[in-house]
Amino acid sequence: MADLLADTPDAGLSEDRTTEVMTVNIGPHHPATHGVLRLVVDLEGEIVRECKPVIGYVHTGIEKSCEDKSYWKVIPFVERMDYVSYFFQMEAYCGAVERLIGLEIPPRAKYLRTLFLELNRIHSHLVWLGTTALDLGAISMLWYCFRERDRILDLFEMATGQRMHTRYFQVGGVIEDIPLGFEEKCRKFVEDMPVRVGQYEALLDRNEVFLQRTKGVGAVSRERLLELGVTGPLLRAAGEPWDLRKAFDYLAYPEMDFKIPVGTVGDNYDRYRVRMAEMVESTRIVGQCLEALPEGPFIAEDRKYVLPPRSELSTSMESLIHHFKLVTEGFRVEPGEVYYGIESPRGELGCFVLADGSAKPARVHFRDPSFVNLQAFRDMAVDTYVADMICSLGMLDPILGGVDR
Amino acid sequence: MPDAPGLELIRGEVESDHPGAVLATSFDREQAALIADPAQVLDLLRWLRDTPAQGYSFLSSLHVADYLPAEPRFGVHYELLNRERVERIRVKAMLADPGEDALPEIDSCVGLFPTAHAQEREAFDFFGVVFRGHPELTRILLPDDYVGWPQRRDFPVGGEPVTFTYSEMARG
Repeated sequence: MADLLADTPDAGLSEDRTTEVMTVNIGPHHPATHGVLRLVVDLEGEIVRECKPVIGYVHTGIEKSCEDKSYWKVIPFVERMDYVSYFFQMEAYCGAVERLIGLEIPPRAKYLRTLFLELNRIHSHLVWLGTTALDLGAISMLWYCFRERDRILDLFEMATGQRMHTRYFQVGGVIEDIPLGFEEKCRKFVEDMPVRVGQYEALLDRNEVFLQRTKGVGAVSRERLLELGVTGPLLRAAGEPWDLRKAFDYLAYPEMDFKIPVGTVGDNYDRYRVRMAEMVESTRIVGQCLEALPEGPFIAEDRKYVLPPRSELSTSMESLIHHFKLVTEGFRVEPGEVYYGIESPRGELGCFVLADGSAKPARVHFRDPSFVNLQAFRDMAVDTYVADMICSLGMLDPILGGVDR
Repeated sequence: MPDAPGLELIRGEVESDHPGAVLATSFDREQAALIADPAQVLDLLRWLRDTPAQGYSFLSSLHVADYLPAEPRFGVHYELLNRERVERIRVKAMLADPGEDALPEIDSCVGLFPTAHAQEREAFDFFGVVFRGHPELTRILLPDDYVGWPQRRDFPVGGEPVTFTYSEMARG
């Protein structure tokens, strides 16, 4: 700290100039806070001495609203929490409900879900890379990242009809099979993406400004991160190879061949490197999903929980009844509770669902990784420059919609 | 994931160190849970964290659920994780509703798991569960002057008054 102070231009001036602490309010409406986040910062010259994130500005009571909706109507709600990784919210919720009712999803649905989750992970990391590089002055990165992001959104639109908040995952599987031509387009993307990542790295890895702004900045030790409950790329950048995709058996991940990138010191540069490597690994998973995509149904057959196909409605009275019951009341779930955690682009995304026997959940709670990770921000920012704090915030990658829910 | 006999083993071991800390066990939908005595929940969490054979050193999530009309009504859930063995266990402490004027109380586990800091504040914010010994137990997502505990089951959806009433008045 002392040497940091000696670096400041003020160091040679009178004592009261350097020790005067000023409290500055950054946000909630500030482009560098990546959402509606307010930071109350105590500054000594340019150096952050204390930092307190204030959240809650986009709290919309989604968890409460979920209690008023039947199980299948909750899906589009929860997607809107963390609006950059909507497929993950759907998977956490649908997976929790499937575990509550003991519904096994068919292999094809598992692979399709895995495929879309990984596309979503790349999409999320691209948004992170574009906006964070923008914070550091690399404006062109935003356009390159959003160019590839658009290709992913095109794929989403092709399969689901929506670019964001797709409501593609259903309790029991996915709502529709992928259309003709999707595979080809997706394969093309899988071929291109590693090249693109290489191009981003060529732009940033030897960029002196970028390196100086990230290397050795905002490092937090592995032990401290674990204490604070931080997961995801932040934890892996500090050298802890913890990834729920490897640890737990869910979806098609056990059949996938991929690596967990880890860093060494856990500074902002490591966080950048880990996410870049993750994009390449996710691309590999998408490729493997396309290769090994099993034939068969894309949604479970259990008519108690899954809408019958449209073609059956005009021929089968029973299907019509099931359809009517599902659409009007929804399905009932035996009392019980389930916590289901998956690896989102930001860490462990857990969904807790409590069923009370009715057709509506009694409690839906999301353990949002951004919400928990944000607690590490003070450790990352204190005793660094304000400009580095902005860089650390970008590298932390909080999505305030998920933080506030 | 410890199975039902595994849970009983854990319960037996806890019983010798902290008699009465575990009131019951439940194994439902392949999820293991220890129902803890709220007064001894910290002892149980510390035991699960520090006993070498257990090693549940990571708190994944802390949340509260309202089991109305059941009694005791509030359940404080601790989702613990052993990262070496990749096992989850849930510790659940049930708190009774002390009535209109008082709030249910439980000891804060921030000293054991610093990650609980924000999550306990969130639980306080939405359910009015007081975590004794929490360094900064204030509202976190709702405004500081908010009245009521909106995630409780007896708080109606739409119980929040509409702030911008202009159009309502204009259109009736």
